[in-house]
Amino acid sequence: MATDITPAAADRRRGWSDPVAERPIARAILIGIALSFLALVLVIPLVAVFTEALRNGLGAALAALREPDALAAIKLTLLVAAIAVPLNLVFGVAAAWAIAKFEFKGKAFLITLIDLPFSVSPVIAGLIYILLFGAGSVLGPYLQSYGVQILFAVPGIVLATIFVTFPFVARELIPLMQDQGTGEEEAAISLGANGWQTFWRVTLPNIKWGLLYGVLLCNARAMGEFGAVSVISGRLRGQTNTMPLHVEILYNEYNFSAAFAVASLLALLALVTLVLKALLELRYSRDSVGH
Amino acid sequence: MALSATASGWRFKQPSVIPGFGLTLGFTLTYLTLIVLIPLAGLGVRSAALGWSGIWTIATDPRVVQALRVSFSTSLIAALINAVFGVIVAWVLVRYRFPGRRILDAIVDLPFALPTAVAGIALTALYAPNGWIGQYLAPYGIRLAYTPTGIVIALIFIGLPFMVRTVQPVMEEISREVEEAAATLGANRFQTISRIILPGLAPAILTGFALAFGRAVGEYGSVIFIAGNIPYVSEIAPLLIVIRLEEYNYAGATTIALIMLIFSFAVLLAINLIQAWSRRRFGYGN
Repeated sequence: MATDITPAAADRRRGWSDPVAERPIARAILIGIALSFLALVLVIPLVAVFTEALRNGLGAALAALREPDALAAIKLTLLVAAIAVPLNLVFGVAAAWAIAKFEFKGKAFLITLIDLPFSVSPVIAGLIYILLFGAGSVLGPYLQSYGVQILFAVPGIVLATIFVTFPFVARELIPLMQDQGTGEEEAAISLGANGWQTFWRVTLPNIKWGLLYGVLLCNARAMGEFGAVSVISGRLRGQTNTMPLHVEILYNEYNFSAAFAVASLLALLALVTLVLKALLELRYSRDSVGH
Repeated sequence: MALSATASGWRFKQPSVIPGFGLTLGFTLTYLTLIVLIPLAGLGVRSAALGWSGIWTIATDPRVVQALRVSFSTSLIAALINAVFGVIVAWVLVRYRFPGRRILDAIVDLPFALPTAVAGIALTALYAPNGWIGQYLAPYGIRLAYTPTGIVIALIFIGLPFMVRTVQPVMEEISREVEEAAATLGANRFQTISRIILPGLAPAILTGFALAFGRAVGEYGSVIFIAGNIPYVSEIAPLLIVIRLEEYNYAGATTIALIMLIFSFAVLLAINLIQAWSRRRFGYGN
């Protein structure tokens, strides 16, 4: 990965023009277009979230976050992520182990099925659980007779969140573990390690950064999911409201500064996610250089 | 791979000394079935109960037709705009070195990390008639929020990283020798880009386009705030599903969902076909 010590750079130092580079003016225009587009589409909206949140001062923004309904929403969001992310983490590792370490029939089809939730609209993700557990279904009334409430309650929100974040860890680990092959595991087994020892001591150290990367993206989506959760939650204030749903309720009540205050907390989470993601990518590339 | 046709004939799994196949595949299939397959099959069962005539009646309802039309047309426009600007952004990030490039590269993923509802209210705050940007356009009679144009703006935000992140790795792989050969043979820079580089990028651009388009059609959170949600004008199909559900009209919701799912699978199939074609034609694709 040579960055700039190319023959082209040497030519430039000698004052020769690079035959495979754009003229400086074209280059400046392209950079200008890209910068303006990204500023307009991404940066300004992000700045708007924080500016609108602080419109009535930092005190008002913090007060909006300390309000009981907001606190309940924050708690519920953390709870949902704390259930959905570990489940999808275990699934992702198991699926990647089966798919990357073995050859079996129908593997490509299985990968397609695992990716399926990404191509389903979040609203449909909520709808399918309503059809499964709602009035008129077989399961719903049966569970209700035992006092188990799925829809318009926390279990439904968790299920919908698991669905929309289903592929994140698996799709990060599968290509990574396929690239690494099976040689190291086979060596460990032939030296007498059992399956668990092989996984903990050989495989896990090799995939830890990819695993963290998948968990990070999975968590961001789990905490931010709106469509699927909105359909299934019933939006009972203080009970089944996650943070994104709380943002919507405040916004629809024209309580804009409070809505943006809660939104800015979510935007902060997104920024932390992006920073960690960039750091992990740096780590990743350093690891792959070392290989 | 050469071992696949062994003397013992057909076998489900190749032999391996590594343990845990039964456990991990069993768990994977069980979890997949419970979380994804059974709920999706439920949608199929409900649709089948409606019958062809039932589905047809709902699908041809003018409000449903119009909502689908709004969803597909705004998604198409947004994906086209992203195809143009996404390629420029990817090019600038891959080819040029300038201060702040790393930060720019990281921020491209913002739409993946920012909750859609947050994006929705932020964009509305910008483009509403009294908003940051909207107030300068309102005197000229230009309205962006609460119109289909507002939907396009939200969908550009949502789709951008799909385009950039699909094209970027392929661009990084382009070897400079090919470009140098073109230059040696007398091509100017514009000819090299339009005849050599862009055709090679076509499969990646098409894949990114399909991903952005597919995601945009199903998008809900970022759109509903800026769209204004006027029936027949700026009402998207996912919102109509929610409205039907709130009316307890499960048949209506199911039918719209079925149409959208069939479309999603078609997009998925298209992406796979593009990548198969790309592997044959250009030797890359995943």
